Amino acid sequence: MDVGKDLVAASATPLILAILSEGQSYGYAIIKRVAELSGGELQWTDGMLYPVLHRLERNGYVKAVWGKSESGRQRRYYRLTDSGQEELASQRRQWKMVDSALRRTQFRLFQLLPQGA
Amino acid sequence: MSQESDHPKAAPRTSLEEGIAEWRSYLRRRQAIHSVDADELEDHLRSQASALVKAGLTEDEAFLIAVKRIGELDALSREFAREHSERLWKRLVVAPDGEGGVGGKEALVAVALAIAAAAAIKAPELFGVRMHKDQELPAFYIRNLSLFVLPFLATLFAWKRSLAPLGRLWLAAPFVVAAVVINLMPFAPGAHTMGLAALHLPIALWLAVGYAYAAGRWRDHDQRMNYVRFSGEWFIYYALIAFGGGVLMALTMFMFHAVGVNAQQLVAAWILPCGAVGAVIIAAWLVEAKQSVVENMAPVLTLLFTPLFTLVLLAFLAAMAWTGRGIAVEREVLIGFDLLLVVVAGLVLYAISARDPQKPAGLFDALQLLLVVSALLVDGMALWAIAARISEFGFSPNKVAALGENLILLVNLGWSAVLYGRFLAGRVAFTRMERWQTAYLPVYALWAWVVVAVFPLVFGFR
Repeated sequence: MDVGKDLVAASATPLILAILSEGQSYGYAIIKRVAELSGGELQWTDGMLYPVLHRLERNGYVKAVWGKSESGRQRRYYRLTDSGQEELASQRRQWKMVDSALRRTQFRLFQLLPQGA
Repeated sequence: MSQESDHPKAAPRTSLEEGIAEWRSYLRRRQAIHSVDADELEDHLRSQASALVKAGLTEDEAFLIAVKRIGELDALSREFAREHSERLWKRLVVAPDGEGGVGGKEALVAVALAIAAAAAIKAPELFGVRMHKDQELPAFYIRNLSLFVLPFLATLFAWKRSLAPLGRLWLAAPFVVAAVVINLMPFAPGAHTMGLAALHLPIALWLAVGYAYAAGRWRDHDQRMNYVRFSGEWFIYYALIAFGGGVLMALTMFMFHAVGVNAQQLVAAWILPCGAVGAVIIAAWLVEAKQSVVENMAPVLTLLFTPLFTLVLLAFLAAMAWTGRGIAVEREVLIGFDLLLVVVAGLVLYAISARDPQKPAGLFDALQLLLVVSALLVDGMALWAIAARISEFGFSPNKVAALGENLILLVNLGWSAVLYGRFLAGRVAFTRMERWQTAYLPVYALWAWVVVAVFPLVFGFR
């Protein structure tokens, strides 16, 4: 399935925040987790993750620190901040609202069934 | 590594490292992506590649796929630029990538030397040589102006380039000689030779500073060319600082005037001289600190003005041919044509300094040749007119100096024209052109020293 570009972009922030709420992580692991969660359907251009992470850092939702990887390489770890938690909660409310609005329209999962079935 | 060369894994391993290094160098060319970002992306690339190798791919294949997944660099750097738009504006004061440690120390040394130069220019006042707003600058200052500031500039480079002790001695020599010569010679009051010496001493000593700039390797053509580039950028920085200083002084006078205090003496005796010498050091430090960060301006101006000067010279020649009038020989005419040749030689020099020697001859090179040839024609006509009446003028120091400079520049430009012609015809490499210009620099220095040290003797300190 092809997910539209706009939807991919719009879902990036809540996905990253949600993944980081599971614990601190780094770029490559976040990409892997996204693929895992979406069953491989959500494919990002890997590099594009980083500008998004930097934006979240600038907004104060995540905090980045340099650490070491298992093999001793320099690695940048990201962790959710308190204001990131709040942003995640706010994003959750927004998505819920969109979701419930969509459910009330023709845009239903079982669209093919006749009305009232 | 070489013992492993028969091992099948060994070859791909180096190629992975090479691949990553190359990829990084592509990444680093984007100014929106800083080296810390490159580190982060490299960690990603390596994680991805090693996961793919574990899944059974060869390192080559894994590298290719990992690079592809990271994404196309243009698009990536656009995204980085959108997030970090401030990076597209090259920073002026803070060195990027945390190289502030070295830069910070250098800034301190530069500021200290600038303050020292400012103190030096005010020091003679302790001995009663004063600057006053209503009086002409004392002759002592006119003679020694460059000696108040250029030794500090030389010190900056001697320190920065860690010049060897013997080199420092060599560096000090011209300054000591200059100080002795210019102050001990018994100039007549208002002597022309003194004015000439004062005018040429900065040029002579500026080239001596080049010795420190090149860390003593002044014979090296590349070092000489770098000093030429430095000088051009320095001039532009200095002009910008001077402009700012002018605004500062005008506002100072205006504000103090508004409260009924006359600040003219403060400006004329303190802000102007201290600022003028301090700015020499600060401009040099800025050029050095920013040489990789800011685009060089001198070549840009050259590119802009070469066609314009060519056009003016051609129009001038056409006007002379049209009206049939020769050049009216008046007192200042030789100086004027000297300045013309200086400007044209400068345009040629800076065009050469910024040109990639590997590039084949192009339209701009032809334009340069046209500029040089038209300047030579104009100057040739001026010299013809002057030569016809040289007996009327007599050989005053000013005339000889102006004539000497004209000849020196004429030789440079004449041979430049020949080389340009041969280069355009594809017979010599462009490096010959560069070599000619850098090889010629000592001639300027020599002439400047002759005017400073020999002219007063020859003309009897008139």
